[in-house]
Amino acid sequence: MGIEGIGARVLRKEDRRFITGKGRYTDDIVERDMTHGVFVRSPHAHAKVLSMDTAAAEAMPGVIGVVTGQQLIDGAVGNIICGWMIYSKDGSPMKAAPWKVMDPEVVRHVGQPVALVVAETRAQAADAAEKIVIEYEELPALTDFSKAMDDGAPQVHEDVPNNLICDWQLGEEAATDEALATAAHVIELDLEQNRLVPNAIEPRAAIASYNEAEDHFTLNSTSQNPHVARLVLSAFYNIAPEHKLRVIAPDVGGGFGSKIYIYPEEITCLWAAKHLGRPIKWVADRTESFMTDAHGRDHVTKAKLGLDADHKFIGLKVETTANIGAYMSLFSSATPTYLYACLLAGQYTTPNIYCNVKLVYSHTTPVDAYRGAGRPEATFVVERMVEAAARQLGVSPAELRRKNFISEFPYQTPVLMNYDKADLHGLLDKGLAAIDYDGFAQRKAAAAARGKLRGIGFSCYIEACGLAPSKAVGQLGGGVGQWESAEVRVNPVGTIELLTGSHSHGQGHETTFAQVIAERFGLPTDNVQIVHGDTDKVQFGMGTYGSRSGPVGMGAIAKALDKIEAKAKKLAGHLLEADENDIVIEGGELKVAGTDKKLAWHEMTLGAYTAHNIPDDMEPGLSEKAFYDPANFTFPAGTFICEVEIDPNTGVTQVVKFVAVDDFGVIVNPNIVEGQVHGGLAQGIGQALFEACHYDDAGQLLTASYMDYCMPRADDLPNFALDHIETPNPNNPLGVKGCGEAGAIGAPAAVMNAVTDALGTEDITMPATPEKVWRAIQANRPAMAAE
Amino acid sequence: MYATNYAKAASVQDAVAKLQAAEDGKFLGGGQTLIATMKQRLAAPSDVIDLTKIPELHGISAGPDGLTIGAASTHATVAGSADVQRVIPAVSELASMIGDPAVRHMGTIGGVLANNDPAADYPAATLGLNATVHTSKGTYGADDYFRGMFETALDEDEIITKVVFPVPQKAAYEKFRNQASRYALCSVFVAKLGNGECRVAVSGSGQDGVFRVKEMEAALNAQWSPDAVTGIAVNPDSILSDIHGSAEYRAHLISVLAGRAVAKAG
Amino acid sequence: MSEVTLTVNGREVTRDVEDRTLLVHLLREHLGLTGTHVGCDTSQCGACTIHMNGKAVKSCGLLAVQADGSDIVTIEGLANGDTLHPMQAAFRENHGLQCGFCTPGMIMMAVDIVNRHPGGLDEQTIRKELEGNICRCTGYHNIVKAVAAAADEMSGVAMAAE
Repeated sequence: MGIEGIGARVLRKEDRRFITGKGRYTDDIVERDMTHGVFVRSPHAHAKVLSMDTAAAEAMPGVIGVVTGQQLIDGAVGNIICGWMIYSKDGSPMKAAPWKVMDPEVVRHVGQPVALVVAETRAQAADAAEKIVIEYEELPALTDFSKAMDDGAPQVHEDVPNNLICDWQLGEEAATDEALATAAHVIELDLEQNRLVPNAIEPRAAIASYNEAEDHFTLNSTSQNPHVARLVLSAFYNIAPEHKLRVIAPDVGGGFGSKIYIYPEEITCLWAAKHLGRPIKWVADRTESFMTDAHGRDHVTKAKLGLDADHKFIGLKVETTANIGAYMSLFSSATPTYLYACLLAGQYTTPNIYCNVKLVYSHTTPVDAYRGAGRPEATFVVERMVEAAARQLGVSPAELRRKNFISEFPYQTPVLMNYDKADLHGLLDKGLAAIDYDGFAQRKAAAAARGKLRGIGFSCYIEACGLAPSKAVGQLGGGVGQWESAEVRVNPVGTIELLTGSHSHGQGHETTFAQVIAERFGLPTDNVQIVHGDTDKVQFGMGTYGSRSGPVGMGAIAKALDKIEAKAKKLAGHLLEADENDIVIEGGELKVAGTDKKLAWHEMTLGAYTAHNIPDDMEPGLSEKAFYDPANFTFPAGTFICEVEIDPNTGVTQVVKFVAVDDFGVIVNPNIVEGQVHGGLAQGIGQALFEACHYDDAGQLLTASYMDYCMPRADDLPNFALDHIETPNPNNPLGVKGCGEAGAIGAPAAVMNAVTDALGTEDITMPATPEKVWRAIQANRPAMAAE
Repeated sequence: MYATNYAKAASVQDAVAKLQAAEDGKFLGGGQTLIATMKQRLAAPSDVIDLTKIPELHGISAGPDGLTIGAASTHATVAGSADVQRVIPAVSELASMIGDPAVRHMGTIGGVLANNDPAADYPAATLGLNATVHTSKGTYGADDYFRGMFETALDEDEIITKVVFPVPQKAAYEKFRNQASRYALCSVFVAKLGNGECRVAVSGSGQDGVFRVKEMEAALNAQWSPDAVTGIAVNPDSILSDIHGSAEYRAHLISVLAGRAVAKAG
Repeated sequence: MSEVTLTVNGREVTRDVEDRTLLVHLLREHLGLTGTHVGCDTSQCGACTIHMNGKAVKSCGLLAVQADGSDIVTIEGLANGDTLHPMQAAFRENHGLQCGFCTPGMIMMAVDIVNRHPGGLDEQTIRKELEGNICRCTGYHNIVKAVAAAADEMSGVAMAAE
């Protein structure tokens, strides 16, 4: 590699603007003649809207207008879509009830928007919003989704009986039942996936404007995927045809999934900008974010793992109920099904796996993909079961895993996935060494001497990311393809603009993507500018989520670079009077191998543009575009080992050691990859110990600010010890696998396995708050005393 | 935030006059609670009268009566005061545990005591040390001052000017944070006063705000040791219960923290 | 409405604002200093942290009129021309930021932390002192490293100047 090529710790190019306050986030943008929008939201979880009177609000100072849901319906604005069709085990399609942008008749979760007030200032809009008089008839709400299917439970949507959207399955039930029936040991656990709120620190925001003279809309928005936003705004919400709508996602302050979706607010603001004739800025406050950003996780699961007498896993049966919330968000059907059940083999050779998922509505905020999306849930089930099995059988959790590891690749799992390559033993070996596993007993004794309970827990995850082969996505019910695009524009002087359909909202693409080019041509990364996040500049792209920018986004770049390289070599061969096959590009020069003949990169690029001396069959210029559709998912894997210490008097759990050994294939920039892991681990530890979204029985959101929703702080977290194995991905042009979600996928099980190890009970749910831990200790006291 | 009028008071008298002239005025200390409440439209004072620029509300001094802290002293000032650290280090430590560094640069002791949030820290020290709250109208012993959650002896137009903490023989503060808000889920201030009287004051947990635990005080009067209090259970009936901690758990924490505080006090 | 006069990043500015205007909104909307961010409503995330009279405060937690007459430094005023402040440089060198949204507040708080700890900073103190600033991207690991590195650098600079 060159000093700025693949594998180099290049400092981020984008940082300078962020550390000097020159970032440009949506709320930093001011449009000429801009107004401010404030949404009126339902205070009830479930109610009929009997009447709405906007007259007093419209008469308030500074008010430009009020937009209601009925106006949107009258304006032919379409309903919000779910983008992935799944089928129940009886073959019937999922029952997705209509999601009106601002339903004028019924509200189904607290915070559902019912009107938009637009005024000259935000304060005026907020003042006027309070003057809208709405008469509601409150109805019973369903917030405990484990009771969603009970007879007599409140119904979220009329046409979805028992709130059951889909009764979905994967795998062979009969074979799995038979395996469990013959098993020497059967381990059973009831598991919960706590509901989480993504909490990007930049709240969602939008600025919608309409140019009447050109009949053209522009939306600046906090989006992870501006092209997909434009596509659905055009095709489903009838805002404008794609060529009449520009979507820009400028600097975006974190996403974690929550900024994939196209929400009622952007749609309403766009429609209102034309209707009212003024640009409108809307910025969520934090409580609005809590009430309306798609939440994550929220499962209850019963799982059974069967082992034979030799402790080989022979069957895994998983029955899950997944809370979808009040409406089906874009990926809400795929997240708890294909992105979950397909990963239930984990790292093991379990031959029989069956999973049933019941997707249910409730009167809560919609739930969708949040960092990891289905895979943290799957990893939690598998790794909690394996750890519990080791304990019940009295064997080493490391050796039980080793005994069941997949060791020959490619490996076809019983749940659709075909793992390409991994070194599972290598990962575990490195993890054991890094944590000093042999020294644990001593550390546990030392902790006991200090009055602390010390526990250790493993999580050996494998996940599928790099979403995804478009044909496979289509076969499984996805509504779009999941390739990526890239365009490499080489300028006459040799500098390069790279246009990518990936979107960076913290991932450092401006640096890593430039490194890929630096590697190929030996150019400094300063000579490369990354262009992204603007539908007028980049032709199309699927955006950034599912750890896809590395494997898929960079895959597209690699393909475009192949074309640039081929043309550059051909031109250089022509200019140097050599065979193009003898041209090598290195250090910013094109050389004829084995001779001293060479051209500087910029001499070649200038030649391409002057076109005074190019081959007869060659077009002038040097600019190439590529679409890359991956051949398979990618399969990062890793071993996480966590050690905790618990204060038995208060129940406070402290993560004292955390080792993460990952295999992400080829690593383009170790700084950035490590940063991704750190952040993912923090979110995973947050899920395990700190974060929980609570609704009361009436459907009120009790955790609607940082006063009540616990965000992990610096002093809640340890230093992380990271290591890597690089087994290049055989199916990817650059050998990369993707790293954005691994930390969040693997960490919750590692932490909970450590907590349950320390406590000597499996009976505790996430987050393991001090009170829950203390109660577990109280409940378990006689057993502990007897030891 | 609703529209409001801001005024800076030059003196205590000026502040009182301004409040009396206002339709629905509120005194403003560092604003770390009031401004936040106004932002959420949960408070809508017609006027806010800033007390922090009044010279007589500033200053910290140690004297024969004890430690005197001006009401407009910020938490950072109190935490960093050499006098406080020397005379009652437990108060210094308590001040250093309020909110976060930025909050401590703005928030004031007077503001905290006037608001009497059930999860605030200073009420525990005030009650635990039997401090005297001086106001524009008179003085209150700590036992008379606190009147329940967000309730105090203050009239609407009454201003805290200073707080005088008697110097104890021993004192310490233990705080168990609400993991989300970082306010006290439960906190305990223990003291052995100059006259030998032992006090145990609890914040974060009482349904009526800060309160004393008389059984623990009696036990400490008999014997100043952690074991004297850790075995005393607090009745959960009068303890707060919410998603962050049940009454039973908080009651348990009171015993644990009281024991730790006594141990820390030495 | 009130007239508010401040020194912001060394420049004296006067603006007429509604009394309910928060300092952060004066900075962002009236002065165009959009480096200071708003990430929550309860003054907990710390994205709006600035320096007022040399001390870190959360600019969403006070009215602009409360700050009348004070000296304000925002993230835009931290560097010395093209020369980054050691804390800014350390955040970059240690990859202490990802999406960048919490970063200005984090850096302003970090400078304040170092200023208040002239005797040096250990990891535990840094973590504790960052309790009023929330980051969702980095897991704080590299932020802590950056603050420690800058603290060393800043004390070295201070010693060299003595």
